[in-house]
Amino acid sequence: MARIAGVDLPRDKKVKISLTYIFGIGRTAALKILEEAKVDPEIRVKDLSDDNIRDIRNIISNDEKVEGALRTEIQMNIKRLMDIGCYRGLRHRRGLPARGQRTKTNARTRKGPRRTVSRKKKE
Amino acid sequence: MSRSIKKGPYIDAKLLSRIEQMSKSGKKKVIKTWARRTTIPPEFVGYTFAVHNGNKFIPIFITENMVGHKLGEFAHTRTFRGH
Repeated sequence: MARIAGVDLPRDKKVKISLTYIFGIGRTAALKILEEAKVDPEIRVKDLSDDNIRDIRNIISNDEKVEGALRTEIQMNIKRLMDIGCYRGLRHRRGLPARGQRTKTNARTRKGPRRTVSRKKKE
Repeated sequence: MSRSIKKGPYIDAKLLSRIEQMSKSGKKKVIKTWARRTTIPPEFVGYTFAVHNGNKFIPIFITENMVGHKLGEFAHTRTFRGH
């Protein structure tokens, strides 16, 4: 049905929310697109006409970088940092936070689950 | 426009003048520097800097990709040998 940029949109949600299911489109971008397409953001996806869907699809493919293209761009940016050997690239290689956050505690999003090092037993 | 853009990049004046001299005479020498906070402008591409990391000077060859970063980002200051 409403398939845009290779993603199926949930039919029962409002359009402005549905569009955010596409990687690379948040709420701001969704509203911008809908305004340009002259579609009411508050109506549900199932109530969209085929013309509406076509308009939205065109606007997204022309103006927005979404899904695969966006993911590759992000990967390229990270790869660039790693290749030039700068500090941020090094942090990406190590899988640690790159923006100066503390790592003594927290930073679990980047570091993954805790790896507990057991205390040495007495001989 | 953010305030930092209005103010422009910081580039050590001494480094810039030395690059100018070298490009005039056509020589390429390693420049020793402590100015880690210097943003790399396009003019630096192709030169080698020896950037101080607090202990010694790390030779860094500037490529096009590095423009816009700071010299200090490439001379790492910490040695981590693992826990």
